[in-house]
Amino acid sequence: MIVDQTTFRTALLDATAPRPEGLSDGAGAPAGRRFDVYRNNVAFSLTEALETAFPVVAKLVGAANFKLLAGAFLRQHPPRSPVMMFYGSDMPAFLAAFGPTAGIGYLPDVARLELALRESYHAADAAPVAPAEIGALAPEDLMARRVTLAPSFRLIRSRWPVHAIWRFNTEDGAPKPAMAAEDVAVFRPEYDPVPVLLPPGGGAFLEALQSGASFGGAVEAAAEATPDTDLTAILALLMSHGAITDLGDVR
Amino acid sequence: MSNTTKTLAVAGAVAAALTASLSAPAHAQAKEKCYGVSLAGKNDCAAGPGTTCAGTSTVDYQGNAWTLVDAGTCTEIELPAMADGTEREGSLEALERDLPA
Repeated sequence: MIVDQTTFRTALLDATAPRPEGLSDGAGAPAGRRFDVYRNNVAFSLTEALETAFPVVAKLVGAANFKLLAGAFLRQHPPRSPVMMFYGSDMPAFLAAFGPTAGIGYLPDVARLELALRESYHAADAAPVAPAEIGALAPEDLMARRVTLAPSFRLIRSRWPVHAIWRFNTEDGAPKPAMAAEDVAVFRPEYDPVPVLLPPGGGAFLEALQSGASFGGAVEAAAEATPDTDLTAILALLMSHGAITDLGDVR
Repeated sequence: MSNTTKTLAVAGAVAAALTASLSAPAHAQAKEKCYGVSLAGKNDCAAGPGTTCAGTSTVDYQGNAWTLVDAGTCTEIELPAMADGTEREGSLEALERDLPA
């Protein structure tokens, strides 16, 4: 007898669903209990994967609560790929909708930041443009360029102090978060991603660059959104973290 | 600002940033990557899941009871009200309602 995949899959994610009929072990005996062990392992290992993926979210809600939350998540969002390194991309939306966590406004953004760190880690390498090369361009030339940011660069714009909350939960003695909207850049200057709190205007500037604006266009977008944009601080961050990987062509 | 003024301002910012990034402690200082030496409990592994062998399981916590065993650090983060009055507390009280049936 052949067990169809749909029945098998349904039973795998729901302990109350009947075990699929027709499973047998190597000796031809019914393998119902073996299926239970497998089902348990699937749920448990995905829960472990989520704990590894979202350590700060887990710390925020508490370890025991996170296990329950993960149990609900993995049944709503089972993996779409056998590769675990990007598992959990639905977590921010899930946290916003899940009853017990829906009231914790900043939680989805913390999950976004943790996802961004992971994506950054696994992103392709790219050689950064030397800061001196940027400085050597004539200003009018630079303004017209469409620069490329590193594949490992990620931008998180939040109305919550998402960077402060992340630090508070990962760094000993970090200050308690105070209410403020925060834009965070994830850079990967060496091997490991680093989340950096952006200076005023940094979020608008980098968002514009990401969406294909010229350097000058991004300067304008930032100045419009944030009058006290600190372009020097933003550029210093990009240079010291090797975030610009191509200066593009003059258009 | 006229275009010329703007361009001049950007030129100034680039020059200042260049100086700042050169004097900043360089990331370029070779940093050797050590695998497998993070302290227990300090999640220093940026690689995330899928990079170790999981699945030697004990128990799956598929429970129906959402019990508030420990509150995590949510409760330590109290944020003042947003201007628009939207929900902003880090309180875990929400975890006690909406219990799965």
